[in-house]
Amino acid sequence: MYPDDRRYTREHEWAKAEKGRLRVGITAFAAERLSDVVFIELPEVGAEIREAEPFGVVESVKAASDLFAPVSGKVVEVNRAIVDNPEMINEDPYGGAWMIVVEPADPTALERLLSAADYAKLVGAEGT
Amino acid sequence: MVAEGLRRTSLYDLHVGAGARMVPFAGWEMPVQYAGVTEEHLAVRTGAGLFDVSHMGEVRVEGRDALAVVQRVITNDAARLTIGQGLYSPMCTPSGGIVDDVTVFRTADRAYLFVVNASTRAKDVTWIHTHAEGCAAVVRDVSDETALLALQGPRAAGILADAAGADLSGLAPFHFRDRVVIGGATTRVFHTGYTGEDGFEIASAWDDAPSVWTALLEAGRAHGTQAVGLGARDTLRLEAALMLYGNDIDETTSPLEAPLAWTVKFEKGDFTGRDVLLRQRTDGPVRRLAGFEVTERAIPRQHCPIEVGGHVVGEVTSGSFAPFLKRPLGMGYVPSALSVAGTPIRIEIRGKPAAASVVKLPFYRRKKIPTEVR
Repeated sequence: MYPDDRRYTREHEWAKAEKGRLRVGITAFAAERLSDVVFIELPEVGAEIREAEPFGVVESVKAASDLFAPVSGKVVEVNRAIVDNPEMINEDPYGGAWMIVVEPADPTALERLLSAADYAKLVGAEGT
Repeated sequence: MVAEGLRRTSLYDLHVGAGARMVPFAGWEMPVQYAGVTEEHLAVRTGAGLFDVSHMGEVRVEGRDALAVVQRVITNDAARLTIGQGLYSPMCTPSGGIVDDVTVFRTADRAYLFVVNASTRAKDVTWIHTHAEGCAAVVRDVSDETALLALQGPRAAGILADAAGADLSGLAPFHFRDRVVIGGATTRVFHTGYTGEDGFEIASAWDDAPSVWTALLEAGRAHGTQAVGLGARDTLRLEAALMLYGNDIDETTSPLEAPLAWTVKFEKGDFTGRDVLLRQRTDGPVRRLAGFEVTERAIPRQHCPIEVGGHVVGEVTSGSFAPFLKRPLGMGYVPSALSVAGTPIRIEIRGKPAAASVVKLPFYRRKKIPTEVR
């Protein structure tokens, strides 16, 4: 149910390795929970982000939710398209609705994140 | 995951079956959304929406002195009510703060029905009791036996007529009709609501609510009727600038500071809070509730500071993205001089000041029918 070509955080972000860099987004579960997304606030290219700390905000009609960095590192790309079209988050959370690309400070950081199976278990427990 | 000890309305199983997300609210486990806040909100503005508001309280005041009790406890004037008619009013403390905002209906010659907020129900019952002491009037909390639904939107009247098999077009705003049969159950239909649209509230016996609910959804199916949760109920009432007790008004705010001066009838005689409110009217309230629109891509939330010239002048009492008007807006108390439409202000949103402008309330007013329904 969750793509196993990437890893996950307990805060519902995914991170996918691409030539030593990590593409980061949020899971379908999080997107569903954040229904009615209105604005997305993302960092600038060049910003330093820190593992488990907020790197952006998703504003839905009823609430603002932080986006948490899966790893520490430097932002090298930002998806301006979802800032302009936040509804993409619900339509294509694992593809077009990626949020940032990070140059990780520690190249092995990804391995410490959850596997798709472990994340599915976590969500299964939370979803009830 | 919902905390223990929460009460459920008789529609709980239907809500869960419809996929509602249930949340704790004022001691109740209530649906916050079904299809999504935006979709539900737009359904009410363009078609119709059905709400379970059974958590709200109902209190009867009956007896020879019933009118005198009602007149002392509310600021609006119940003396003008005919049987079958109601009004909206604050109940105030002696210092002019708001105990609750309620609707009051005259149900018989010497009988009145208060519809009160769930969060203040116990306090309200005590407050009304206090005003009835030594009077020939009986105060009775009938909330536990009374379910309440709301059918709201431009299509509501047609759907209700279909479901009830009765013509309710003659029912004026803020009036009710008894013995309307919906889904086999006998109901009382009020021409009232809390959305800024035309609409109705339907009271029934507690256990009859599921058949009423089902009949209304059935009749509304062809009209795109949606079940609507508390999430959209809040955004709808915010666009219409209707007060939310506990957010926009409470015991620290007066009806003259809130945009409720029209509900304070000084000429009717004495009522609790009159002296202080009279002085406030003479002097002019020091602060007023202002509506504002944020002109940046940021959404104001309750408790965000309001700033002018780098100084905090107030805080947001309600704020959201408005799903129909499609912009971020909110309300908050500011010094009266700053409450004028066009005044530039800033709202501190997550530590950053966002540009905003004071606008006239309500944000949204429906086009067709000139009478305001609440």
